[in-house]
Amino acid sequence: MTAAADPVLVATSRVRRKLSWQTIADHAILIAGSLLMILPVFAAFMTIGASDVDISRHGMQFTDGSHLAENFSKALFIQGGFTGAITGSTMLLNSFILGIGFAIGKIVFGMMAAYAIVYFRLRFATFAFWVIFTTLLLPLEVRILPTYEVVHGMGLINTYTGLIVPLVASATATFFFRQFFLSIPEELVEAARIDGAGPVKFFIDILVPLSRTMIAAIFIIMFVYGWNQYLWPTLITTDEAMFTLVRGIKQIYQSIDGGSDIPEFGRALALAFIAILPPVLVVVIFQSWFVKGLVESDK
Amino acid sequence: MKRAGFNLLWLPIVLLAPQLVIIGVFFYWPALYAIRSSFYLEDPFGFGSTFVGAGNYIDLFSSAQYLKVAVFTVGFTGLVTFLSLSIALVLAVKADKIIRGTRVYRTLLMWVYAVAPPVAGFIGVMIFYQGNGPMTELLALFGYEFRLGVNYYDTAAAMVAVATWNHIPVNFIFFLSGLQSIPQSVKEAAMIDNRSGAGRFWDITFPLLAPTAFFLLIINITYALFDTFGMIDALVKGEPGNNPMTLVYKVYVDGFRGNDLGGSSAQSVILMVLVLVLTVFQFRVMDRRIHYT
Repeated sequence: MTAAADPVLVATSRVRRKLSWQTIADHAILIAGSLLMILPVFAAFMTIGASDVDISRHGMQFTDGSHLAENFSKALFIQGGFTGAITGSTMLLNSFILGIGFAIGKIVFGMMAAYAIVYFRLRFATFAFWVIFTTLLLPLEVRILPTYEVVHGMGLINTYTGLIVPLVASATATFFFRQFFLSIPEELVEAARIDGAGPVKFFIDILVPLSRTMIAAIFIIMFVYGWNQYLWPTLITTDEAMFTLVRGIKQIYQSIDGGSDIPEFGRALALAFIAILPPVLVVVIFQSWFVKGLVESDK
Repeated sequence: MKRAGFNLLWLPIVLLAPQLVIIGVFFYWPALYAIRSSFYLEDPFGFGSTFVGAGNYIDLFSSAQYLKVAVFTVGFTGLVTFLSLSIALVLAVKADKIIRGTRVYRTLLMWVYAVAPPVAGFIGVMIFYQGNGPMTELLALFGYEFRLGVNYYDTAAAMVAVATWNHIPVNFIFFLSGLQSIPQSVKEAAMIDNRSGAGRFWDITFPLLAPTAFFLLIINITYALFDTFGMIDALVKGEPGNNPMTLVYKVYVDGFRGNDLGGSSAQSVILMVLVLVLTVFQFRVMDRRIHYT
């Protein structure tokens, strides 16, 4: 009997063949999904290499790379906007200040408050807990106008404090750290006390090192969140020297329909590229921390 | 609170103080201020305000424009939530199923999480650009003239497309990690009991994913309501005109462009109530949710 005629072998090979078609279909769906995610951004960034005239006449371009360097140097170093005081590199710096400042603020205040709530016998701990956690309910967008009035009244328009601190006023980080601290075994603090460690020493020498992964994960999430802020920076920064990238791009592409000159498509797209790159790199490079932080934080 | 906590009083107060001061000044004060000003009619030129009771609310609910915006917001939220959840679920199930390449696909499918909504909106403007955007040209092949920013429904379609695109990654990440946390033994038992892939999915996998899906439902609704502001602002190019907009965008337009502090505050308060209702609903359902694993 030859192998081909063996019914068992025929059956297994048929199963294997069927399986492989199924696998190909699965991969096809995943590749289609990946293309759906990649193509719009890819198309936009291929266009950076074209000249403004070509883009405005023929739409997005995919083969012309002759203006790539020019568009990037315009985006980073040529002054623009209405007063001509802002360059892409200033906006890049402001975006980093916002992203990093916001993430650090969230982590420092969040850890301190969570430590106080979890590790101290306080009569008003429950009250403080509720006062802090109510802030999870109302995003800044909902109370945007009154918050603006308050910040305006304090004279904080066009300052980094006015830009960053109101965004910090929500309990997300406190909540994550509270959950994390509660999951740390009780024996740890008992052992530390027996060894004579006070609350400050326990916090700095034991709790902070233990929370390293958590801090990293929250830093990534908060950095991306801060970097991508739009509505609040739009309201609070009217001075162009304070613009962040995400807020400032609008100024350039809005002249697309307004001005009589050829709109600066290349420059706006180059700026969009610069605005997308840092958060995407952070998320991709620190992917496992990021995913862990994101998924665990919301339980 | 831990049983073996410390017994100091001054330290926790010092630790809590910065957080409490910040949320007091930038959260509670503005929130109360919004509630108060929603009952007043502000003079546009800054000459004081008059108490009008529920006047601002009555104006809103009898305004055809506000109701139109509310209807659009509900439709927009529903569509974006449904589309991004279902596309992400299909992709996550496939990514979980294949043996090789899960990590590569995960990277390719999640990085868009980091693209800011206004930048996504700007790329959307280029893609749907009137006359020569790639999508506009594709639709023109089928004889449809897509006019972004001019035709109400065309603009709405572009908004839904960009928002869905921007929000697939979060859903994908949560669904994938939900699927990966289903124990192998459960999967194998299901394999033995039911050979049909679809049957296994609806009988076993989907119920196990239900808590994740419900949590994501709330996340998606909040996203579509609040985080789409920058995307919408980009797509309508800051000129609301006759274009569709969401409730949050209208709070901004009325408050900052129209200088209608009272009306805008009343809208804020309505949104606050909406979010509170959503949250209470979330906690009620989450409390009752069943864990199988």
